[in-house]
Amino acid sequence: MNATEVTERSFYAKVLEATPSGERLKLCLECGNCSGICPFGYLMAYPPSRMIAMLRADRFDKLLETDTIWMCVSCYACTAVCPSKVPLTFGLMTSIKEELIVAGNVPAELHTALQNSQRYGNPQGESPRKRADWAAGIQPEVKVLGKTKQPVDVLWFVGDYASYHPRVQSATKALAKILNALGVDFGILGPEENSDGDSQRLAGERGLFEMLAEKNGKMFGRYQFGRIITTDPHAYNAIKNEYPRLGISYPVQHYTEFLMERIGQLKPLLKREVKAKVTYHDPCYLGRANEVFDQPRALLEAIPGLELVEMAHHHTNSLCCGGGGGGMWLDGFQWEKAHVRLSEWRVREAMSAGANVLAVACPYETPRFEDAAKTMPGAEQLKVRDIAELLAEAMGV
Amino acid sequence: MNIVVLTKLVPDLVEELAIDASGAALDLAFARWIINEFDDHALEQGILLKERGGGTVIVVAPDLDGADDVLFTAAAKGADRLIKIKGDFIAANNHALARTLTAIIKELQADLVLTGVQAHNDLDGSVGPMLAECLQLPYVGYVSGVSINDGKSAIRKEYPGGLLAEMEVTLPAVLGIQAAEQPPRYVAVSKVRQAMKDFHIEEQDASDLDPGGAPEVGRMFQPEAASHAEMLTGEPAEVAEKLVNLFKELGVL
Repeated sequence: MNATEVTERSFYAKVLEATPSGERLKLCLECGNCSGICPFGYLMAYPPSRMIAMLRADRFDKLLETDTIWMCVSCYACTAVCPSKVPLTFGLMTSIKEELIVAGNVPAELHTALQNSQRYGNPQGESPRKRADWAAGIQPEVKVLGKTKQPVDVLWFVGDYASYHPRVQSATKALAKILNALGVDFGILGPEENSDGDSQRLAGERGLFEMLAEKNGKMFGRYQFGRIITTDPHAYNAIKNEYPRLGISYPVQHYTEFLMERIGQLKPLLKREVKAKVTYHDPCYLGRANEVFDQPRALLEAIPGLELVEMAHHHTNSLCCGGGGGGMWLDGFQWEKAHVRLSEWRVREAMSAGANVLAVACPYETPRFEDAAKTMPGAEQLKVRDIAELLAEAMGV
Repeated sequence: MNIVVLTKLVPDLVEELAIDASGAALDLAFARWIINEFDDHALEQGILLKERGGGTVIVVAPDLDGADDVLFTAAAKGADRLIKIKGDFIAANNHALARTLTAIIKELQADLVLTGVQAHNDLDGSVGPMLAECLQLPYVGYVSGVSINDGKSAIRKEYPGGLLAEMEVTLPAVLGIQAAEQPPRYVAVSKVRQAMKDFHIEEQDASDLDPGGAPEVGRMFQPEAASHAEMLTGEPAEVAEKLVNLFKELGVL
């Protein structure tokens, strides 16, 4: 089927398939809030509200002729602000991307990340055999379930960037040390873990998402554990909201939720002062999409000496780092279109808030904000730290 | 118009390479295999030719781990027939590969044979020219553009130093593709999965895999560090002074 042959009717069917509330697409009030709040809406030939108008006018083919849909970073801001609760991110935007992917109309940068995810189970194209290499030297040793074959209380789904990205590994190691200090009985899948697939799904590669989810589901089924915790809010979102629709159902928590449950045990261990004025960036898929706002803040406030301040945009209104929905793999493409980075906007807000530390809870964010800070005059003093790193520092582990 | 695309699977360099006990070959027991990058371009060129002028694209792959994926992905991109050659290809060299492919390609009555111009494990020359010799067909390598007209093929060939040549070859012929006219396309996983349902992989037995005629590898080894570099150590000021003296000694200051 040619891309332009996709009819409005079959597209509606697709949106319905993508999300249970897909039929709400028909309830658009044409208020335009979605296009206004979209961080890149001003660059899109068809921002969300105009897309719906085009669908209603039966001009679906026009939507497939533009490439500005790839400016969508699936930040969920449009969905959160919609008074009619139209599933704009998961339904509309993602389904349009799906059409383009199936038609083979994929920006080259994204192509590489998707191909790598297919072949190696991670978008970076790293060796799957080295997925647990970050854990070398951690004591007590991090259990890789394929080796120990023992039941554990907690299966830690580490994720792509937390496993491989040299900067993010520091946060991963910090979390391993915290879990060890709390005496948590945990294990990881290591080489048997695949990308959670959520960002690939939101970049329109649903088939790839299903393939990766099935692989992870098979591994979850092989081992015994009580619950899953994740480093990555995208993995958290996928395992919590999307995997169950594929028959893969496990209790899952983001690490900030898990640690907050143990705050009584954790707090006495936070002995060292961390003298810093910290502002916290809500990750889209922890905050806006899954409404985990309080736990990360409460963890930060438990650190002695730390002062927490809010940026202009926070909680549901938080800004996106620009890494979601495939944005992580479209930096060059988006730069060409926008000549601005969403991460720079956020770093500027952190500075305006008077913070000297920008705290994050998503593996996409540390490198994105650090890179932004490097290019911005006056931002040299701003440190980007994962909450796990700040906790580990306060614990002296 | 039968366009035959030959694909070779090569060890994936994402995994570290190890030398086997003989010290003269790679240890391939745990290798992860991947389509040779240039063969992916050959496939893309084959699909482009079909899209422009019709024809049947037949993709051939040796039976190594991952061959099915390579073939089904090719089908999802637009290939028509998939052939897997059964045999022990792990240690087979290009001489053996060319010989065994000869009979298969003759039988397929290929009008055009496309193959990657080279592969990173071509220790005994690339497979295209050898295959052309076995088939007694013309060969052009380093090709970056192909069009077909009236039993002939107009070819764009790259030369070192940024030179290009346009030449004409009477078909049938074997081409070694350096780059397809567009980067190999992305094909959605859903399409590959559909191809797995819709397509059947034909299997053919390899004839005797005769490696004769190839040079023998005496020793294979990791690059060894030589001691040509002198490290200047000390405080920045000391290092700067040493550097200046060194420049003077060498006559550049």
